[in-house]
Amino acid sequence: MSCKINRLIGSTRIAIVALFSVVASGAGAEEVQRWRVNMEPGVTEIGSRIYDLHMTVFWICVVIGVAVFGVMLYSIYSHRKSRGVTPATFHESTLVEVAWTVVPFLILIAMAVPATTTLIDIYNTDESEVDILVTGYQWKWKYEYINEGGENVSFFSTLSTPRSEIDNEDEKNTNYLLEVDEPLVIPVGKKVRFLVTAYDVIHAWWVPALAVKKDAIPGFINETWTLALEEGVYRGQCAELCGKDHGFMPIVVKVVSESEYHEWLGEKVAQASEIKELMSQQFDLDQLVERGDEVYQRNCLACHGAQGEGGVGAAIAGSAIAMGEVAGHLDSIVNGVPGTAMQAFGNQLNDVDLAAVTTYQRNAFGNNMGDLVQPIDVYNFKQGQ
Amino acid sequence: MGDHHHGPAKGITRWLTTTNHKDIGTMYLWFSFAMFLLGGAFAMVIRAELFQPGLQLIEPAFFNQMTTMHGLIMVFGAIMPAFVGLANWMIPLMIGAPDMALPRMNNWSFWILPFAFAILASSFFMEGGAPNFGWTFYAPLSTTYAPPSVTFFIFGVHILGLSSIMGAINIAATVMNMRAPGMTYMKMPLFVWTWFITAYLLIAVMPVLAGAVTMMLMDIHFGTSFFSAAGGGDPVLFQHIFWFFGHPEVYIIILPGFGVVSQVIPTFSRKRLFGYDSMVYATASIAFLSFIVWAHHMYTVGMPVAGELFFMYATMLIAVPTGVKVFNWISTMWRGAMTFETPMLFAIGFVVLFTMGGFTGLMLAIAPADFQYHDSYFVVAHFHYTMVAGAIFSMTCAVYYWLPKWCGRMYNETLGKTQFWVSFVGFNLTFFPQHFVGLAGMPRRIPDYALQFADFNLMSSVGAFIYGASQLLFLYNVVATIVAGEPVEKEQVWEGAEGLEWTVASPAPYHTFTTPPDVK
Repeated sequence: MSCKINRLIGSTRIAIVALFSVVASGAGAEEVQRWRVNMEPGVTEIGSRIYDLHMTVFWICVVIGVAVFGVMLYSIYSHRKSRGVTPATFHESTLVEVAWTVVPFLILIAMAVPATTTLIDIYNTDESEVDILVTGYQWKWKYEYINEGGENVSFFSTLSTPRSEIDNEDEKNTNYLLEVDEPLVIPVGKKVRFLVTAYDVIHAWWVPALAVKKDAIPGFINETWTLALEEGVYRGQCAELCGKDHGFMPIVVKVVSESEYHEWLGEKVAQASEIKELMSQQFDLDQLVERGDEVYQRNCLACHGAQGEGGVGAAIAGSAIAMGEVAGHLDSIVNGVPGTAMQAFGNQLNDVDLAAVTTYQRNAFGNNMGDLVQPIDVYNFKQGQ
Repeated sequence: MGDHHHGPAKGITRWLTTTNHKDIGTMYLWFSFAMFLLGGAFAMVIRAELFQPGLQLIEPAFFNQMTTMHGLIMVFGAIMPAFVGLANWMIPLMIGAPDMALPRMNNWSFWILPFAFAILASSFFMEGGAPNFGWTFYAPLSTTYAPPSVTFFIFGVHILGLSSIMGAINIAATVMNMRAPGMTYMKMPLFVWTWFITAYLLIAVMPVLAGAVTMMLMDIHFGTSFFSAAGGGDPVLFQHIFWFFGHPEVYIIILPGFGVVSQVIPTFSRKRLFGYDSMVYATASIAFLSFIVWAHHMYTVGMPVAGELFFMYATMLIAVPTGVKVFNWISTMWRGAMTFETPMLFAIGFVVLFTMGGFTGLMLAIAPADFQYHDSYFVVAHFHYTMVAGAIFSMTCAVYYWLPKWCGRMYNETLGKTQFWVSFVGFNLTFFPQHFVGLAGMPRRIPDYALQFADFNLMSSVGAFIYGASQLLFLYNVVATIVAGEPVEKEQVWEGAEGLEWTVASPAPYHTFTTPPDVK
């Protein structure tokens, strides 16, 4: 049945494209999959079953719709006063009324059976080979690999589309709004269990091709899973309204071979120990500002503006905090500002990045404080609390 | 009209102090139309921003205020008061009563509404802006993370909830006590029946909404933790409470529309409504089922599988009584002698488009499939097919149907039909493509989107502007009718119309049925 459906959808799509190509010409790059009209089965067995269920119910609806609207159209055509008909007087029929109550009921039972079995399988999170804790933050995702290769691997995944594309200054790239700095990496053919939660408000983790959508709820942990059958890059978005940048916290999942996965994991572990080493080093101003610039772009810019001019967050350019005591400045960044949208970044960024971004803020946007904050200062600040 | 009858008072005091059901009905209708235009203006802002990818006109923070206020204003400011206005005007006329059972409360339940919405709208000018957490206001986005204006929002919801409860009590009391002799329950016009059942839904669930917002208020200002896990509460509890109100609410919005269409289709088919009894029973079944399906809005919150299955089965069951209604309407048309004046066009448009919304509703009921549909534009398309093509089309249908009775003048038929076709095309152009982008993976409530969704969003925005413009045509047509429409001489304005409202003069006198009519 599904091949017939695809052909039908294909031809509908061609018709629509032809109709509107004039209107929409010039939008987007070649690879953008335009005019998609249907759900994708994706790359999982559950995804295909959901897709089949979706199409079955769809076609039942189409058949009922054609029958019901067909009868209505025929009636509209034939039973009109202008054709000189006299209205009939019947107004009830027990037989017919019982029939159109019972028949739909039976159709519903036929739909409920496959829906029930699929649902029960979706809820079976047993025997996973990889476990990943997914935490939603305003407005990024944190991924933590649990029990993988000794060292704890965890990182944040943030939108990487440049601000200039969102503000229509540059041409938008193919993966506009669907690209991140660090994608989640999972192995192909392995059952991966996601433990989903949130740090602040409710988010929802949705990757259509992996047939996964689960609400991320602060204080509670939800479970879901996927088993990707094909390697590739799959993209999704946060699906629950979570505040200002709800539309700007995409999800990118790279499904790779098992060997590639382990290689990647090894690199992440190595990176983590590298950071540990960096923490004991001293940096000069240029190094810190350079690193801090990158950290700022990823974490601060959305609220504090590209020039530190402020927005949702307070202005950093010329601010009393950024130009005051280092301890006070660190306090705002590490612990956040309660009662405002300013989050505590102390557990989101490592000490090197915290030192870099603090130094950057003190020396950028015309603040020119000239002082620098080293990773060891951040460490001591945290210890001293 | 004899000398001993009071006419309306003069000037503004007529409207401030009136206890006349027709005056109050008129005020409800104009107020709701003003709110409809305001909520519609917000929708235009949303569609203008979504016209193409990238941020063009407004900031994401303001976009969220627009989606929130659009939903709140349309549900609580436009649709609900519009149907209460219709009930005020028509229920006494249809059951042969001189007025509503509780006329003074009637005045009050209307006059607190403008204050509720003034409070709500004033939040735009407050620090942090208007509510921005969606019309479903899920905690903790609406509590810990909300702008300060949330307190005013809570106060506004309390007032409009009070107004709805009073309106509902009034309608239930009127239907139970004020029917003309001989008008048994099973002889009541279907519009009265659907409103009677709606009134009970309102009385049952508006206090639940009041409870939800009060718990929010406590969490925000008085240190409780109903919806915060950090203090032992649960954010999902909010959703359960909200949707225990919210699902019956969607039937509160649609049932009076069912009633309108059940009046209009027989009139223009010149044939009695098919299956009157089953229509009543179907309405009651829908109302009952509406209380046990709420968590189908929450399939992805992580309920246990048993709960998920229960809500899936219960939700699917709603298709049965809803199907019965559609079949009955079509059987009414079958072998009638139809004409297609504007009200009939809107009624048929309602049946077709609402049925399509019903189909997508059935698809959404299937829990495993909902994991892909949930919070996508597919849902947006679904509920606009039921709300706009359901509630707004049936409301427009009602206005054209009864306007000649209200003001004694006939509207311009060509303009009415034009409005229907422009609305129909504009509506479908707006919302049909939203099924596609939703299935292709576009989440709802986002101010900007990936390039693959660009083409259909452009269509959607063009459609929305067309649909928006058609409402100005409606406003013009109604005003032109009231001011200078062709006078209607007959009591029975429409050839096939039956019912007590068509036995009084056109326009309906200020006081009607001061002596009860005979009902055979």
